[in-house]
Amino acid sequence: MELKLALKVNDLDNVATLFANAVRDGDEVEIRDKKGGRDHVKVRGDVPYGHKIATRDIHVGEDIVKYGEEIGIATHEIARGDYVHVHNLDSKRGRGDWKEGR
Amino acid sequence: MEFMGYVRPDGKAGARNLTAVIPSVTCANDVAQAICRQVQGTVAYLHHQGCCQLPPDLERVTDTLISIGKSPNVANVLVVSLGCEGTDYERMVKEISETGKRVEIIRIQALGGVSKSIQAGTDLARRLVIEASGLQRTSCGISQVIMSIKCGASDTTSGIASNCVIGYVADRLVDLGATVVFGETTEFIGGEHLLARRAVTTEVGNQILKIVEQMETRAKSLGCDMRKGQPTPGNIEGGLSSIEEKSLGAIMKSGSRPIQGVLDYPQAITTEKGLWIKDTPGREPEILTGMACTGAQVMMFSTGRGAPQGFPSMPVIKICGNPNTYARMEEDMDINAGLILTGDKTIEQVGEESIQKMLKVLSGEMTKNEAIQYFSAIDIHTLGPVI
Repeated sequence: MELKLALKVNDLDNVATLFANAVRDGDEVEIRDKKGGRDHVKVRGDVPYGHKIATRDIHVGEDIVKYGEEIGIATHEIARGDYVHVHNLDSKRGRGDWKEGR
Repeated sequence: MEFMGYVRPDGKAGARNLTAVIPSVTCANDVAQAICRQVQGTVAYLHHQGCCQLPPDLERVTDTLISIGKSPNVANVLVVSLGCEGTDYERMVKEISETGKRVEIIRIQALGGVSKSIQAGTDLARRLVIEASGLQRTSCGISQVIMSIKCGASDTTSGIASNCVIGYVADRLVDLGATVVFGETTEFIGGEHLLARRAVTTEVGNQILKIVEQMETRAKSLGCDMRKGQPTPGNIEGGLSSIEEKSLGAIMKSGSRPIQGVLDYPQAITTEKGLWIKDTPGREPEILTGMACTGAQVMMFSTGRGAPQGFPSMPVIKICGNPNTYARMEEDMDINAGLILTGDKTIEQVGEESIQKMLKVLSGEMTKNEAIQYFSAIDIHTLGPVI
């Protein structure tokens, strides 16, 4: 079977981006980092090409990190291997709907 | 490193030799378009501004159209004016003429209407293109190049493949003494601290933070979450979950060199070298115009989901980072950076290939969108209301 690859672009990241087509719930993928490190994880949920999975458990309110920088906060408990996108990640910027001081 | 360009009277080097037909107001668009349909070698700028706007916006539109006319890719200019607009068409003629280029003007109301103006404009444009067509390309140094950069219809491949290719090219050009300009202020949100750190002075760094704050304030002004506006539904479908993630990928295309300063939207480059920021929104029709205003002879444009459009007088090279999109839309894509994610090429290899492509395009080779003239949807970014 074709190897399904996900890239973790920075050591600080808690998500990896999956560059493989037709990844289904329960598929095993290989997470690679820039140093050539390899980690295998079972994906939870169907994940489209270019979307993200968690490389470790992330708690509600915790920062989600990619490129070594925060890209939002977790709105749900996220387990390693979970599909991470707008359903469980909230942006902190451009939030005209948030009251000042929040 | 050199390219074959057209040397203008002000010493700048053009990659194209076009007669620019510039409507001074949106109400003159149809006349400009009719002239361009008739006369080869002309391009029209069919924008939607120039009247019933507040004075700072009218000045901004006038300045933008002047900078487009001054671009080295433009050989000469025909301004098409209605006669009652809010922009300053006389200043357009005067300031573009200061480059030494020939500038003509027709005024629709004074000439007695549309058909008479199309006739007069066609006769003038014919003379202008014949004059321009006699010019020859000569060898020009790479330091004469102003490259603009942009990403559009992005997905998560952009920040990992195609934007990194453009970053590689940007660093190479800066090191060779050329000028590189990037923008999309909205897509600095979440990554502005990284850009501010690369500013040559604290003042420039503070200016970067300020334009991002202004853009975010505008985005929040309607009291809603900016998602769907930025990132767009297509970005989200492509895996980008937040503006922060989109921005961190977008700024990869600026490379790693120091940021020299921030240019206003209509501002042209005069003698500036190195890496610059232009304060623009992310949407194509407005940012491409802003980038053409710098005097950029060429744009490198990264895409993941497949953005096909170009600009009338600035060839746009499309670099696609998503191998699935490249396979589907090869006819609209100039460079395949999808080979990076399939493991077939490195960022450096595609970067070198892109530099060679850019030199060819600067010397006359058409880009894919240019060949099919897919570049009419342009506009000018204004700040205030239409009143």
